[in-house]
Amino acid sequence: MLIAKNIEFSYQPDQKFNIPTLELKAGEQLLILGKSGSGKTTVLNMLGGLLKPKRGEIIIDGTSIYQLKGAALDKFRGRNIGIIFQKPHILSPLTVEENLKLANFFSGTNGNKNESLLNDLDILDKRKARVYTLSEGEAQRVSIARALANSPKIILADEPTASLDDINAANVVKLLKEQAEKFNAVLIIVTHDQRVKDHISNQITIGGEA
Amino acid sequence: MNMLKLSWKYLIAKPLNTGLNILLLALGLAIITVLILIQDQFEQKMTKDAEGIDLVVGAKGSPLQLILSSVYHIDFPTGNIDMNDAMALSKNRLVKNIIPLGMGDNYLGYRIVGTNYDYLELYDAQMIEGHPWEKPFEVVLGHEVADKLGLKIGDTFVGSHGIGSSSHAHDEHPYTITGILVPMSNVLDKLILTSIESVWYTHDEGHDHEKFEKTVAKTGFPETDEDREVTSLLVQYRNPMAAVQLPRYINSRSALQAASPSFEISRLFELLGVGIKLIQGLAIVIIIIAGLGIFIALFNSLKERKYDLAVMRTLGASSTQLFLHIVLEGVILTVLGAIVGILIGHLFIAVLVIQNDQGAISTLSATVFLKEELWILAYAVLVGIIASLIPAWSAYQTDIAKQLTKS
Repeated sequence: MLIAKNIEFSYQPDQKFNIPTLELKAGEQLLILGKSGSGKTTVLNMLGGLLKPKRGEIIIDGTSIYQLKGAALDKFRGRNIGIIFQKPHILSPLTVEENLKLANFFSGTNGNKNESLLNDLDILDKRKARVYTLSEGEAQRVSIARALANSPKIILADEPTASLDDINAANVVKLLKEQAEKFNAVLIIVTHDQRVKDHISNQITIGGEA
Repeated sequence: MNMLKLSWKYLIAKPLNTGLNILLLALGLAIITVLILIQDQFEQKMTKDAEGIDLVVGAKGSPLQLILSSVYHIDFPTGNIDMNDAMALSKNRLVKNIIPLGMGDNYLGYRIVGTNYDYLELYDAQMIEGHPWEKPFEVVLGHEVADKLGLKIGDTFVGSHGIGSSSHAHDEHPYTITGILVPMSNVLDKLILTSIESVWYTHDEGHDHEKFEKTVAKTGFPETDEDREVTSLLVQYRNPMAAVQLPRYINSRSALQAASPSFEISRLFELLGVGIKLIQGLAIVIIIIAGLGIFIALFNSLKERKYDLAVMRTLGASSTQLFLHIVLEGVILTVLGAIVGILIGHLFIAVLVIQNDQGAISTLSATVFLKEELWILAYAVLVGIIASLIPAWSAYQTDIAKQLTKS
């Protein structure tokens, strides 16, 4: 499902990131650990089709994504990749439900799973709410729901637990795992949060030991 | 969800900012709307009222005043002229027809004009009921006069001296209404028409009842052996040559003055033109400021929204869609501004008309919509696009990865 071959990236010529070759089948999960500044987020951005690597290739479901140009890549990203950030980043002028619908609109999917998704994440009663009325845990669940609104094949999470307390953090990881299994999607979590370690056994570390 | 709805949601998330920008633009466009409406309607009315009148002859004075008083009935007459001079002129071979007018009285602000049937024919005036005057002190009312004052056939009233209301009344000579005109949507609507004789006899001291029973002149000048005056004459040329010779011939004679309606009206618009240009300039400045306001609002909000835009990109939005998203915000703002502006413009004219139920302004209509107003809309959309171009370009170029990492 996801293959990353010989990825290389550098912001400055003398400072190179080398990322080991990854190969994940549908439904597999991976934890990428690393210190702050080790390039974890850069890896995630490259896997998510947001940042073109200097060298190498990323193949998702048989498509080499950086061969796609402009809007085609955007559409591919919207349909196949769900990204969850450290902060929820819900679009504040829109309601919870509208945030999900926007994801449907941009990728051209019908969004008939939105309600069951919100129900699974226990925020169905908040679907008409605006973002500033939500608690932090609720907001993070909304951002998960939005990332899953298009039934992606790849779910990428960048420090999803960093700003949450222990209970919420464990909850979020559990939810991510559950949903990934339900969709039979690849789940990659990038983090330096030690609390996540016990939940996913398949782990790699980049930029030295965390 | 679609692009229009998305832009709209972002606009109403900041109601004060959005409202202020719409209001400012609407103000500028309202001024332009009012100018267009007034200019168009005045020009149309003025041309319509002066149709068929080649020349106006009256007492010496301001030629513009002569035209305004005799054709449009809005200014004071320049004075009276001797009827013998007038009759001499009607014999000139360059003159096709002459319509004498006698003015000087009013009823509750509506002018009483003494004339003959040619004046009705000039405007092709039809009666809604009744018949034209046949004897002295019989009058025909313009439709608006009858409507506003609630008068009907057979009613009598007493005119008062002077052009405006509230001067001393001619109580001994009441007028009788014999006819009411159909709505003409021209100057006749506001006039009370009667014979020249009525105007003369109102001002006479004695009571010669035998005279009051005689039929009045239906065309040309009334027959009389007395020394009489009329206020002005509406002249139609016999041939194009008359346009060259007749005004010069009349003006060279000491007692009379000739003025051409088309010439005087274009001179009037030239004089008003300076003022109109000034107001137009002001409106354009306001519109430019409104455009700048929209630009600044979009540009500022973009700083806070870069993250939102990056998130949209991760959800599958293309950079073109983000460009469109920002441009749409500008266009929605300006289209709303244009609609509100046009409505304010019409409302302003409606209020103006309500406050002035007589005189030149009362002839305006607030319910007339012009093709030019569509241009206002197009113009506003253009302002919206120009104002949002730079912010939209900046949104187009958002570097997602950098933006998302920056938090």
